[in-house]
Amino acid sequence: MLTAINLVYKAGGRALVDGVSATFEPGQFHLIVGPNGAGKSTLVKLLARLLQPHAGSVVYEAADAKRWNERELARRRATLSQAIDVAFPIPVRELVMMGRYPHFRGRPGPLDEAVCDDVMGYADVAELAERDYATLSGGEQQRVNFARVLAQIWKPLEDSRRYLFLDEPLTFLDIRHQIDFMKKVREFASQPDVVAVGVVHDLNLAIRFADRLILLHQGRILADGNAAHVLTAGNLSRAFDVNPAFITNQADGRVYISYD
Amino acid sequence: MKSQPSDRVVLVVLFVLMILTTAASIRFGAMDFSAHDMLTSVSGTLSGATDLTLDQRIFIRLRVPRALLCLLVGACLGVGGTLMQALFRNPIVEPGLVGTSSGAAFGAALFYVFGAMLKINFGEWTLPLAACGGGVISTYLVFALAQTKREGRSSIMLLLLTGLAINALCMSGIGFLSYIARDPQARSIIYWNLGTLSGANWRSVAIVGVATIAGTLMSLSYAKPLNALMIGDNEALALGINVGRLKWIVLTINVLMVAVATAFTGVISFVGLIVPHILRIIRGPDNRFLILGSALLGGTLLSLADLIARVAFRPAELPIGIVTSVVGVPVFLTLLRQRRYMF
Repeated sequence: MLTAINLVYKAGGRALVDGVSATFEPGQFHLIVGPNGAGKSTLVKLLARLLQPHAGSVVYEAADAKRWNERELARRRATLSQAIDVAFPIPVRELVMMGRYPHFRGRPGPLDEAVCDDVMGYADVAELAERDYATLSGGEQQRVNFARVLAQIWKPLEDSRRYLFLDEPLTFLDIRHQIDFMKKVREFASQPDVVAVGVVHDLNLAIRFADRLILLHQGRILADGNAAHVLTAGNLSRAFDVNPAFITNQADGRVYISYD
Repeated sequence: MKSQPSDRVVLVVLFVLMILTTAASIRFGAMDFSAHDMLTSVSGTLSGATDLTLDQRIFIRLRVPRALLCLLVGACLGVGGTLMQALFRNPIVEPGLVGTSSGAAFGAALFYVFGAMLKINFGEWTLPLAACGGGVISTYLVFALAQTKREGRSSIMLLLLTGLAINALCMSGIGFLSYIARDPQARSIIYWNLGTLSGANWRSVAIVGVATIAGTLMSLSYAKPLNALMIGDNEALALGINVGRLKWIVLTINVLMVAVATAFTGVISFVGLIVPHILRIIRGPDNRFLILGSALLGGTLLSLADLIARVAFRPAELPIGIVTSVVGVPVFLTLLRQRRYMF
């Protein structure tokens, strides 16, 4: 379990995250939705401990979590952000191997190589291994980074859960790759020791893939729960200032949102 | 990417090249030494013989330390360039960018103009100390000014621009000092800004040697975090690297190496810039390889440049900074056209 207690983060005299409390359960895929500037990315960075809150705290469930240094945290927590530029030409496999950096000193061992093979197969980038990262398409680059992030937390740990954070991971993916990507994250997140929290913009993708949704508005949680509870007409019009219409697909019974 | 030779093969080749270049560098110059003179000179010195000829003494007291200093300074500049490029995630950065070289040059200019008036001075050490001090002060000034309150970490763009400003300030300071200087002093300043290895002796070799070896070994221990920095500050942070601390440490190593090297030789440009480039094209961006490789290749290239400087118009000698620029600029421009880098 991962708990956020009354988180506050300010920038430029304004609270980007303004008193957020929530718990995140293992084995579930949590998605944070909300309008631009609602504080979604900031919240994810706070949860991943990439930012320090001005008030409140983030509690990882483990006896010695408070004493983890950056490296110990990095063996348990991985973060995928959008659009990563690499400064120099680098083969894809070397980039994926960076995900193992918290796990080895000096040169990578056989386990690190094996994990690299596994995650590259899982993220469907095995055939890109020798390519230069800079020559890949945006979608391929994002899949490579997904593999790198998975390499960081691929193997279950004895002493703690694993934490996966995704900060708008779909930005450069076409529709098919968005769905492939979300299926894989959901599959990874369904492991009983994985806590997964992501940010997405597309509400229909969120409905389809999230086990739980959190709607942020002006740095606060407007609603938290399943899609039917969170994405109501009232909440959507308040958060996004739109008039939604809910359409049920006759073929599969899923609900979709359309806007005026 | 095409298949590449292994790290070890490339490093061994670089090492052999370095030895060959150094051998040529001690053999040829304003005058060429015979194998007999070289051997007698070394064995005579080691056994404490007093019957060495003038040539043999010149060899052991001037030529050999000069070749070694050249090797070490080239290594310092090469490693410094690799460190700065990794730190700034930018392939067009060189060690002088954060003010180290221009600060050292300003310190040296101060010495040339006002050194004679000093009550306390350290004899032949005054110039290196003034230059080293200038380099250290200006580098940390750049970093202190580029420190932002909000994030607690220096942003790269702010650093580059602050470096630019401090460099300009040092340059105008040097211009002013040259302007008020008397003729011989002004010439000294000019020479120093073009780089010169003619002041080499065994003590400077020892000091720069310690800086080179200590700096290279320390850099190697930070190669992996520097690799992680390639994908950005935030990503490196997510990989468990204390990015703020890493930057200060790497910067300190760079200042140690470049300020000490510059203090004894003056400003030598382009070595720190092109050495990491060439290595990256041969073998890729892994800093574990780049740091060792740039120590070897930096030493080799500077030795070659010094050899050219001594032989091209002998017995006259060119300032080495002119050679490195004349050779370095076309190489650099060619590299830029061959590879597409992000700037």
